[in-house]
Amino acid sequence: MAGRRPAPAAFLILVLTAAFASISSAVRPVSDAHRSAASELFAPSADGSFGDLESTYEAVRTFQILGLDRYKSVTGKACEFAAEKLASPASSSAKDLFHAVRISGVLGCSVDAGVYDVVVARLKAVIKDTNSLLEFYYSVGGLLSIKEQGHNIVLSDAESTFHAIKALSQSDGRWRYDTNSAESSTFAAGIALEALAGVVSLADAEVDPSMIGVVKSDIVKLFDTIKSYDDGTFYFDEKPVDATEYKGPVMTSASVVRGVTAFTAVASGKLNIPGEKILGLAKFFLGIGLPGSAKDCFNQIESLSFLENNRVFVPLILSLPSKVFSLTSKDQLKVEVTTVFGSAAPPLKVNLVQVLGSDSKVITSDNKELQFDRDNNVHYLDIAPLKIDVGKYSLVFEISLQEPDHETVYATGGKNTENVFITGLIKVDKAEIGISDNDAGATESVQKLDLSKDTKVSLSANHLQKLRLSFQLTTPLGHTFKPHQVFLKLKHESKVEHLFVVPGSARQFKLVLDFLGLVEKFYYLSGRYELEFAVGDAAMENSFLRPLGHLELDLPEAPEKAPRPPAQAVDPFSKFGPKAEISHIFRSPEKRPPKELSLAFTGLTLLPFIGFLIGLMHLGVNMKNFPSLPGPAAFASLFHAGIGAVLLLYVLFWLKLDLFTTLKYLGFLSVFLVFVGHRTLSYLSSASTKQKTA
Amino acid sequence: MPRATSDAKLLIQSLTKAYAATPTNLKIIDLYVICAVATALMQVAYMGLVGSFPFNSFLSGVLSCIGTAVLAVCLRIQVNKDNKEFKDLPPERAFADFILCNLVLHLVIMNFLG
Repeated sequence: MAGRRPAPAAFLILVLTAAFASISSAVRPVSDAHRSAASELFAPSADGSFGDLESTYEAVRTFQILGLDRYKSVTGKACEFAAEKLASPASSSAKDLFHAVRISGVLGCSVDAGVYDVVVARLKAVIKDTNSLLEFYYSVGGLLSIKEQGHNIVLSDAESTFHAIKALSQSDGRWRYDTNSAESSTFAAGIALEALAGVVSLADAEVDPSMIGVVKSDIVKLFDTIKSYDDGTFYFDEKPVDATEYKGPVMTSASVVRGVTAFTAVASGKLNIPGEKILGLAKFFLGIGLPGSAKDCFNQIESLSFLENNRVFVPLILSLPSKVFSLTSKDQLKVEVTTVFGSAAPPLKVNLVQVLGSDSKVITSDNKELQFDRDNNVHYLDIAPLKIDVGKYSLVFEISLQEPDHETVYATGGKNTENVFITGLIKVDKAEIGISDNDAGATESVQKLDLSKDTKVSLSANHLQKLRLSFQLTTPLGHTFKPHQVFLKLKHESKVEHLFVVPGSARQFKLVLDFLGLVEKFYYLSGRYELEFAVGDAAMENSFLRPLGHLELDLPEAPEKAPRPPAQAVDPFSKFGPKAEISHIFRSPEKRPPKELSLAFTGLTLLPFIGFLIGLMHLGVNMKNFPSLPGPAAFASLFHAGIGAVLLLYVLFWLKLDLFTTLKYLGFLSVFLVFVGHRTLSYLSSASTKQKTA
Repeated sequence: MPRATSDAKLLIQSLTKAYAATPTNLKIIDLYVICAVATALMQVAYMGLVGSFPFNSFLSGVLSCIGTAVLAVCLRIQVNKDNKEFKDLPPERAFADFILCNLVLHLVIMNFLG
């Protein structure tokens, strides 16, 4: 009987583990790491505020849950901020009042009863008038928070409010935001459930139990829309309708958790949701790790605080404080089972049911119970008796609660798989290196390598010989070990490197370098090669990179067409650093004559002109032919003036104008000049013909 | 040889006497031509001394002088009453041509002067 029993159980386990083969969880409960991350994320700005009301509430609530003393210093500012909003409830929106009331509740601000009376009246008015889900949520939530701060509030006509909120629900368990919108949302469902829970708490008379039953079945339908990852994590998400409206899985899941835990707290009876989904939600939030944004941090911490003790299922998290166990230091396998916030779990047993190696190969299926250390709240087991060698393994644990009625209270998730590394010292022995002749095969010179000592070998070979390296790698348990990296590196004096992987068989590792075939690979470089030997693996505690010595290699001369060795890496500073200063060679300027000579010749050039003027005087030049009548005289003077103007234009052209401007002015002047000149010259010619004929 | 020099002196004397007979306006033009050429020779001598570095300036200077000398010679030909070929051409017309051509020449010269 005892022999038969394990067989079907083993088969079942095999099937289950095949299904869960790739599961691994890397979650750890909320710890001080989360607390310091929250302190950093919720750093107040220079004037001590956290931004708007919603951000302020998120900050103070996170500090409250995590027990951070930090928030005590910002209490005053936040209370003031909230009081401002509460002082004028008529002008603030329900959303602002909601956040302000909750901030006061968390921080314990002292608010006048009179102020709250006005706020209560305003919120009650909002409930009466609105039919928007968000307005219901803010006003009911505000009233609930005020009630929790010690004021007596009763919501009359709670049934109709309940009905109004319930009317917005859809058949798939989601909720619409108001009667006009057609889109339903999972986030809205969470808000609606929270609002309904608030209505039930504030009601003066008990709400119809059948209504509560309907909402419970809505919750079950909502949980049918849950999404999951392979490793047992569950979360809620919805399709992004509008980029600005998309809330993301963290916010949506947080909203649902808040709503469901709030509703089940006020509703009697159990909810028909499998425990693995609650555990999956807890794993989702813990799987975020240390959140990157303040909103994610708030949603994570608040959801986990609601999951910590809720009336559906309390998730219990199995986690490993360390995932690396050393055979050398005889580490014990330690497992913690706690609530999401790290508090102690109820009495339970943890069993290691299976150890799987790489490729999901079953190493052992013995069911070993872990012993419980009450003082440290940790389950432990010695791994040495398990006779597991070094390497990477998946450990499958099973948690069983010791009290049967805890089964309905706690969710353990049945089987949990964790990936671990087992490390140890790898022995390298029978290491030999030597040079052998090509044909003979008999080793000419073999030297035993003792890798513990620092001796260096000195070998010499030519291209007709072979280098042999062989060694054995043994694990602490005496098996042959195949590490990830086992290399022999040959480095030439000119920094050219060659890397060879040492192939290994069942018995030993052996590398044979036949230089005849490697001559081209080595770029025909003869000379001294440094030998380096590297063996490394994640599971190996003594990975090493050892220089072995050097090898004088004699290779034949490179032929013409041989490939050149690749250019070695240049020191970046020499390649990209500043270069030598370039001195430009300019054409040497022409030698100019001395200024005095130039000026002298300018004078000499003007000399013929003066000679011209003197000669004219000699000849008796006169102005007798200049017309005396006023009309022709004017034209004649204009003619000379015109010529003078053109010459002046030329001078200006030489000094500063350009050709086009000059031509433009020349055009005007020449038209003028032609007209005037024609008049003058025709007058003169008619005058001279008159003289001739007369 | 004494006869050669006296012949040369006689030749020059006859030439100057004949030249004195030319009309005044032609003499003005001749004087103008001589001065223009002299100016050109001055520029060439300067270039010979200091080298032709701004060659464009040298060219435009010399060509302006030579050009205006050439135009003046043309004017003299056209204005000369003894020249049968240009009998019907009024001298004012020739003078107007002379002015126009000189202005165009000097525009080009100024552009090339640099």
